[in-house]
Amino acid sequence: MSKIKKIFLNGIWLENPVFHQVLGVCSALAVTTRVKNAVVMSAAVIIVAALTNFTVSVLRKIIPFNLRLIIEMIIISTFVVIFDIILKAWFFDMSRQLGPYVSLIITNCIILGRSEAFALKEGPGLSFLDGIASGLGYTLILLSVATVREILGTGSFWGYKLISDADIPARGLSMAGGAFIVMGVLIWVMNSIKLSGNKEV
Amino acid sequence: MEHSPVLILIAAVLTNNIVFSGFLGMCSFIALSRRIDTAVGMGFAVTFVSTFTTALNWLIYHYVLKHGALSGVSFLDGVNLEPFTMIVFIAVIASFVQVVELIIQRISHSLYQALGIFLPLITVNCAILGVSLFMVIRGYGFISSVAFGFGSGLGWMLAIVLMAGLRRKMRFSKIPPGLEGIGITMITTGILAMIFMVFNGMVRIN
Repeated sequence: MSKIKKIFLNGIWLENPVFHQVLGVCSALAVTTRVKNAVVMSAAVIIVAALTNFTVSVLRKIIPFNLRLIIEMIIISTFVVIFDIILKAWFFDMSRQLGPYVSLIITNCIILGRSEAFALKEGPGLSFLDGIASGLGYTLILLSVATVREILGTGSFWGYKLISDADIPARGLSMAGGAFIVMGVLIWVMNSIKLSGNKEV
Repeated sequence: MEHSPVLILIAAVLTNNIVFSGFLGMCSFIALSRRIDTAVGMGFAVTFVSTFTTALNWLIYHYVLKHGALSGVSFLDGVNLEPFTMIVFIAVIASFVQVVELIIQRISHSLYQALGIFLPLITVNCAILGVSLFMVIRGYGFISSVAFGFGSGLGWMLAIVLMAGLRRKMRFSKIPPGLEGIGITMITTGILAMIFMVFNGMVRIN
């Protein structure tokens, strides 16, 4: 298996940051009431993760070991701030809806975790791809949770009404409690698929 | 509408709980809720740090970072430091945690044993940064911000201690293999969050 293929397989499925390593769950729960928000948030995480990984990897030989966490935090914050400003300038409504959660990408452990575990050891090109791959893993979870919550909780998809207001199946899913439950069930399903896969091997 | 600090405190603990309605601090919430004593220790540490960092961040935001805050200083007139808010907040939190760790280590060994090991984990706890960011977005005054920081910490502690108690009971239950660990913790948190929605009629802040 080629190295690139392995990076993507690990990031999206085998070592999916959210349900395998429980990283970055906070934002995954908060922004998934609507698919649109989830897409924007995922885009933010993919871009920030890829660029941070790339930068850390380029600088990895000159970063002093003891100061690496602080330097990584500064690199991450810089990219998050840039994304936040772009969002505020061109998509103000979206920026209001996401509230502080875009800024909170700074403390999203996926990005720091990947730059610690991967970018400090590998070259810039591969690190960039690794950032995209873990971002895609995060996207997979976000989109699944958001699709279930938006359709069952508000009766629409991407803002378009699918079900009339009177027939919405589970309004509770669009509230906070529903987020945890959908996420829990999703983790259950994915773990079960993984477990049954392991048995066959 | 500006609420009184007492209302903000109560709301931050019960109705706008940082875990159950803000989804913040989940990583450590899941990782450290296996035992009640670690949950209590981490709860105290989060409450302490979130109260003081909210106060510090409020002062720094309103007297340095806010647009126009520096207009009194002639050579800095027109400088807008607001884009640096997040970076400054994170730096304040990280350095506050470091300083507190050093002080506790010097003055009390038993307190260091109880709280010290949790302090480094707090820097990456998004609840702390989240509280500071919410404080800016909602435009709280100083007293309200401190009340909000303290209440959020207490709310986080309440949530993680409740969860630790439930997880201790669950150790003896039969859970399907794929659901063990994170899965069942998530679903239990969801049920707790729904229970906390009962408080919604009491007080609501936005």
